Amino acid sequence: MSVDILMPALSPTMEEGTLSKWLKKEGDRVKSGDIIAEIETDKATMEVEAVDEGILSRIVVPEGTEGVRVNAIIAVLASDGEDVATSEPKAEAPPARAERAEARPSVSQAEMPLAAQQPRDRVITDPSVPEGVTFTETTVRDALRDAMAEEMRRDERVFVMGEEVAQYQGAYKVTRELLQEFGERRVIDTPITEHGFAGLGVGAAFAGLRPVVEFMTFNFAMQAIDHIINSAAKTLYMSGGQMGCPIVFRGPNGAASRVGAQHSHDYSAWYAQVPGLKVISPYSAADAKGLLKAAIRDPNPVVFLEHELLYGQSFPVPDGDDFVLPIGKAAVKREGTDVTLVAHSRMVGYALQAAERLAAEGISAEVIDLRTLRPLDTDTVVESVKKTSRLVCCEEGWRYFGVGAEIAATVVAEAFDYLDAPPARVHQKDVPLPYAANLEALSLPNADDIVAAAKKVCEGMS
Amino acid sequence: MATKPKSSKKVPAKASRADMLKFYREMLLIRRFEEKAGQLYGMGKIAGFCHLYIGQEAVVTGMQSCLKDGDQVITGYRDHGHMLACGLDPNGVMAELTGRIGGLSRGKGGSMHMFSKEKNFYGGHGIVGAQVPLGTGLAFANKYRGNDHVSLAYFGDGAANQGQVYEAFNMASLWKLPVIYVIENNMYAMGTSVERASAEVELFKRGISFEIEGEEVDGMDVLAVREAGQKAVAHARAGKGPYILEMKTYRYRGHSMSDPAKYRKREEVDDIRTHHDPIDGLRDQIIEQGHATEEDLKKIDNEIKAIVKEAADFSLESPEPDASELWTDVLIEEGAR
Repeated sequence: MSVDILMPALSPTMEEGTLSKWLKKEGDRVKSGDIIAEIETDKATMEVEAVDEGILSRIVVPEGTEGVRVNAIIAVLASDGEDVATSEPKAEAPPARAERAEARPSVSQAEMPLAAQQPRDRVITDPSVPEGVTFTETTVRDALRDAMAEEMRRDERVFVMGEEVAQYQGAYKVTRELLQEFGERRVIDTPITEHGFAGLGVGAAFAGLRPVVEFMTFNFAMQAIDHIINSAAKTLYMSGGQMGCPIVFRGPNGAASRVGAQHSHDYSAWYAQVPGLKVISPYSAADAKGLLKAAIRDPNPVVFLEHELLYGQSFPVPDGDDFVLPIGKAAVKREGTDVTLVAHSRMVGYALQAAERLAAEGISAEVIDLRTLRPLDTDTVVESVKKTSRLVCCEEGWRYFGVGAEIAATVVAEAFDYLDAPPARVHQKDVPLPYAANLEALSLPNADDIVAAAKKVCEGMS
Repeated sequence: MATKPKSSKKVPAKASRADMLKFYREMLLIRRFEEKAGQLYGMGKIAGFCHLYIGQEAVVTGMQSCLKDGDQVITGYRDHGHMLACGLDPNGVMAELTGRIGGLSRGKGGSMHMFSKEKNFYGGHGIVGAQVPLGTGLAFANKYRGNDHVSLAYFGDGAANQGQVYEAFNMASLWKLPVIYVIENNMYAMGTSVERASAEVELFKRGISFEIEGEEVDGMDVLAVREAGQKAVAHARAGKGPYILEMKTYRYRGHSMSDPAKYRKREEVDDIRTHHDPIDGLRDQIIEQGHATEEDLKKIDNEIKAIVKEAADFSLESPEPDASELWTDVLIEEGAR
């Protein structure tokens, strides 16, 4: 009886990896617990242990293969006494993504890489990128890393601190190789004490340094929110303008994948409510880079909300180390005339997908990426609604007192006479995020929800 | 490890005539300033929370004398004494208490929130214990820059039970940061005595599990405070990491102006005022040792009274902030870096 060895999932968000090395060869005897292969994910190189005993009868995926999907058969193990030559994989191995990206029935559309689905020819080039600039496809992860590295080269006062940012290379590898380049004085592993190290960072910023404080996720920043708000955001005002706090708090925010309620919270509305903070939440890699550089240079405290499910996605990023975007400017990602879809972070990808599907049904949607939540670029939103007369606000967080509520209220106040329908909101269901796959999918908003909301506000459209 | 009580009474700390007169003047300024603030509060000129430092003057006066220019100071909300001891203008402090434009925070901070970059005074923080990680961050910046400055983080016996204090202790010791933690143990966290709130009442021991040395100090004796402070500051400045000083002190007034202080007996307060007052104690030493006469000290008293009167007058004459001040200082605007 042969046993299939499958490509393992080595993190909550891993979809594929590189089979970098086989440590056993065909014909080798394998015991449970033996390390048989090394697999490289976008976060780390991991060792694969054998679970069953037997003889490695066949290696299906040779070493060096990239893009091997989770659950693909990578090898076959024959039990003792079995004819090694006859053991074949029991099922046809799913091919690497490069060959058949679209044929993944087990993966819902919601989990497909957004960038891959995004029609590139419809993307509007950022007006802040000068003509003639060349671009390189870069992941959001590397764009963030590059932004920090460039700013650390530029300004000796900039340092990075947080849990596992140095020797481990970042829990999500966003700080990869910073320790090697800048050393342990400027790339600092902290104990697991968010409240303490956030406060320590604020104190260092009061003293004129430029800390970049990474939270492993913003869920853990709940421990530190007192220092973010009471110490960082309010002190400039309380000191009559004397005591600035040039600090960046950054890390992944919002839902990841099957990590449960305490690791999936979207804090956009929480921080965006606080005067004295700037709050940025980018979607594309270019925005992530240009805005993180701006955040590090900004003399004010900045909360920089990233998204774990965007880290591995690639976007064109302008080359060079001087690409800095203005904070507080939304981007029109796609022009349209019938309805305005406003989104930030990962929801921008869904809004772009929704716009594409709506176009097929004769509805022309304009997509606005807020990019910054505070200060909020209401002008761009209001101007768009004056043109389209309909508004759908999309966010990953809960509806009550949310980002969408603020935008809808602003549009009603400033463009009431232009509206042809009440503004609609797309958001997470009003429950803590469940773990079960089906319930999680039901709870989180996606492109289907945006399409449905847009069609509803466009009902009776002339 | 030197984490044990040091009885400073055994060998009285010594000081020069100039130092003793300087300490007398500084402590008296705090005392008279706070008494005036109490009066102005009673007259409705100061509002909100107002936490007076009366009784604790020796702690900040002694500690500040151990610092050099560029060393940093941070504290909680019972902060008027610290500001004056850091050399902040009494007029500016009092006008902040009355909420006027002439206040150090332009009237926008209040009693608990004043700062001075120039004097390296970093506040003035209203969340109990928050100043401890913040002060540790000031020390981190010194180490990062490779200078030999130290930071003093003052906090009370109440704050000593906050979790973030221990997070800061851990990092300060782990990274050998030049910070001195000054615990001002005035025996009551608002209305709760140390015995009712703390499993270990000897707060100088709180650093033991972080390998931080600690000492108990008579916080009613400015010379004992200075002696312990010099040792702690030298330790931190030499790159040996943090140090804890537990100052045994006492506040004469209530926690804030609205506190009737029913949780302690009148006799307890009277005993300390009569037998342990930091200003009277120093005054007696000055006279006994022949450094000054009653008349000399009376002259200082009058000078201090004049300074405090001027501060009070200024704080009442200075106008309220212009309505446009509502919208300024929320963010540093671009270009103003």
